[in-house]
Amino acid sequence: MAVRKTKYEMAEQSAKERIKNFNEVPYGYNEKTAIEEAKRCLQCKNRPCVDGCPVEIDIPEFIKHIAEGDIDKAVEILKTKTNLPAVCGRVCPYESQCEGECTLKKIGEPVGIGRLERFLADYERKKGVKIPKKAKPTDKKVAVVGAGPAGLTCAGDLAKMGHSVTVFEALHDPGGVLMYGIPEFRLPKEIVKAEVDYIKKLGVEIKYDIVVGKTITVDELMKDYDAVFIGTGAGLPRWLRIPGENLDGVYSANEYLTRVNMMRAYDFPNYDTPVKIGKIVATFGAGNVAMDCARTSLRLGAEKSYIIYRRSDVEMPARDEEIEHAKEEGVIFHLLTNPVKFTGDDKGILKEVECIKMKLGEPDESGRRRPIPIEGSNFKIQIDTALVAIGQSPNPLVPKTVKGLKIGKWGNIETDEDGRTNIPEIFAGGDIATGAATVILAMGAGKRAARAIDKYLKLKK
Amino acid sequence: MYEIIEKKVMSETVKLMKIKAPLVAKKAKAGQFIILRIDEKGERIPLTIADYDRKKGTVTVIFMEVGKTTKHLGTLNVGDFLLNFVGPLGQPSDIEKYGTVVMIGGGVGIAPLYPIVRELKQMGNYVISILGARNEKLLMLEKEVEKHSDELYITTDDGSKGDKGFVSDVLQKLIDEGRKIGMVMAIGPVIMMKVVANVTRPYKIKTLVSLNPIMVDGTGMCGGCRVSVGNETKFACVDGPEFDGHKVDYDNLMLRNRRFVCEEEESCKLAGV
Ligand SMILES: Cc1cc2nc3c(=O)[nH]c(=O)nc-3n(C[C@H](O)[C@H](O)[C@H](O)COP(=O)(O)OP(=O)(O)OC[C@H]3O[C@@H](n4cnc5c(N)ncnc54)[C@H](O)[C@@H]3O)c2cc1C
Ligand SMILES: Cc1cc2nc3c(=O)[nH]c(=O)nc-3n(C[C@H](O)[C@H](O)[C@H](O)COP(=O)(O)OP(=O)(O)OC[C@H]3O[C@@H](n4cnc5c(N)ncnc54)[C@H](O)[C@@H]3O)c2cc1C
Ligand code: SF4
Ligand code: FES
Repeated sequence: MAVRKTKYEMAEQSAKERIKNFNEVPYGYNEKTAIEEAKRCLQCKNRPCVDGCPVEIDIPEFIKHIAEGDIDKAVEILKTKTNLPAVCGRVCPYESQCEGECTLKKIGEPVGIGRLERFLADYERKKGVKIPKKAKPTDKKVAVVGAGPAGLTCAGDLAKMGHSVTVFEALHDPGGVLMYGIPEFRLPKEIVKAEVDYIKKLGVEIKYDIVVGKTITVDELMKDYDAVFIGTGAGLPRWLRIPGENLDGVYSANEYLTRVNMMRAYDFPNYDTPVKIGKIVATFGAGNVAMDCARTSLRLGAEKSYIIYRRSDVEMPARDEEIEHAKEEGVIFHLLTNPVKFTGDDKGILKEVECIKMKLGEPDESGRRRPIPIEGSNFKIQIDTALVAIGQSPNPLVPKTVKGLKIGKWGNIETDEDGRTNIPEIFAGGDIATGAATVILAMGAGKRAARAIDKYLKLKK
Repeated sequence: MYEIIEKKVMSETVKLMKIKAPLVAKKAKAGQFIILRIDEKGERIPLTIADYDRKKGTVTVIFMEVGKTTKHLGTLNVGDFLLNFVGPLGQPSDIEKYGTVVMIGGGVGIAPLYPIVRELKQMGNYVISILGARNEKLLMLEKEVEKHSDELYITTDDGSKGDKGFVSDVLQKLIDEGRKIGMVMAIGPVIMMKVVANVTRPYKIKTLVSLNPIMVDGTGMCGGCRVSVGNETKFACVDGPEFDGHKVDYDNLMLRNRRFVCEEEESCKLAGV
């Protein structure tokens, strides 16, 4: 039988319906469809998909078990390499990772590896998560700073190895960007909570309201703990640095998404934190963060939601699925367009943005073609709200307060492959080390650091 | 969870609370603040650390009931708990020897001013304090401030206590009398800080102000608290809250503090407060 060329469809809420709610967009595969999709896999000997996976999940093996109907075994294989499969199965950029390498791409669409991962995680959650056996307790204590994917993964793995782990988190909720950044309709908060519960069941303790560097310093933690892992992420918003950026109506993506997601401003006044967007919203940037902002705005009632981006559609860094979903929902794309100035009314409330048209020149250091302004092409767009989503830098709070810690030129903590810093007891990983990247890379960094920390603790004695 | 250990009613709309938060108390310094959230549905609001007791592990906050959250907070009692209480945040004040310092507090700004007055006095400065409010009822911490001041002046807008007029009038008089002033600090309504900075600017007297923009996280992550200082954008929660009073763009701060006025009113109306 010839292999089916396309992925089995995943049912989803229609665009017209879903922009009226914050519920998740796709529903996920049922068991029958998952088995059918798994049967598309060729079980390649050279396993290119595994090479494409930053945490080397044994993809063909778990797919084989799904195809055979042994879902429990498939879950087990998946979970040896990832602690957060329900999250990765929703937000990983598969098209540039496992699915990007899949042999089936030569004849059509790759195997829906992401969809299968999501199916397994959801299957397991419904059934009740099994807590794996832990190693014999050691007498070692590790402090983890930041409860994002890097910190949580590192903490979970260290706990499995028998160490006693405490996570220190600045905010009142765990999950980092998964909680305050990525919206409910893409990653339901119940799922993040369930993944965090799993980590807690492994014996990890999470302490909230602790801003490390302020409430307690890393140097102090080192007195009580044998090792420290820093996973504080890239939380510092970047700005356009154009006139009018401090007007009423201009938000960083972080402020906007935090108000809506973590503080639940979409349910104001039932929840106390407000957000205000007016009728026309412009989001600057075209990454995942920008798509989240633009799509959130539609759900909050914006009549028009624009993406304004200085390069063209091929350079847009967001996942394909996010761009597709945004287009289906009616987000309007102004590409090759760069803002030069915000103007407000006489009260200082944002009313329009002046933009300039761009064209693409020679490739720059990033390999993408450099956008160049076209002189005299300036034009104005009426807007009520501007959301700046052009990237984040590592949060300087922790790096700045650790004596002697080596910091890179982007304000990132310098580490080797396994998360070792220049201070033997201190390890770091995720966005704080790499700059803003992805959930799976943060998780992978947390995993490698956990192994390095374990090795360090065993040698330390 | 953080327990309310003590509660004092300072005036009709101003309350003092001591909260059990040993980690915050251990590190607190004058000029820093905390962010609290009352319950699951609550907003995160910043309040200055008015005092702390490292031994007992308590932190004192003094707040004016101006909206939904502060009014709700005012209804809580000893034995009640706050869900979140995080700090100390922001940069502490530079407690230095300046010689003569003029410490100006307006309204609820007197609360954050008080611990700085105390520590500047302990440093050996000659402390002149000027406290102002709209009327006598809104004045607070007079005795406490007086204890740590060499001179104390009081002004009210309506003359119900002290001089009728503004804190800046007293400051101008001190300058006109030829007093040598090493530093002026002003904490209070934005407009008051703006006026004080305008008074001292021609004389090039070092002037510090403590800003109160709208905040969310307090860790430098959201940028909601950004203020323009000397044409640079600063995050008040990590770079401040104290800044060089001569460089702050007060008009922008006033504008940004009005961002959610309609929503705040709606919130109060619905809560019936
Ligand atoms: C809106 C948005 C959408 C995204 N979409 C995707 C996507 O679709 N796919 C994808 O792969 N990636 C996506 N990303 C990127 C991804 O979320 C990040 O790369 C990932 O979360 C990084 O993990 P981390 O653990 O390094 O840091 P974070 O998730 O940032 O977590 C850091 C944690 O540390 C805490 N912290 C910070 N400072 C301190 C301190 N001083 N003391 C204590 N705790 C502290 C923070 O509060 C936070 O909880 C998105 C990011 C954003 C903002
Ligand atoms: C560093 C700092 C220290 C402060 N210290 C004190 C203090 O010691 N005592 C005191 O009484 N007040 C203090 N404030 C002000 C206090 O945070 C606000 O009065 C409070 O947040 C109002 O909340 P609400 O819900 O009661 O009122 P709302 O009705 O929500 O708002 C009333 C006004 O308060 C301001 N405000 C609203 N939400 C916030 C927020 N999340 N963050 C900051 N301001 C906000 C706005 O300007 C608004 O117009 C401080 C503010 C900052 C930034
Ligand atoms: S590359 Fe594609 S077809 Fe080959 S084993 Fe991996 S998932 Fe299956
Ligand atoms: S309050 Fe969010 S950055 Fe200051």
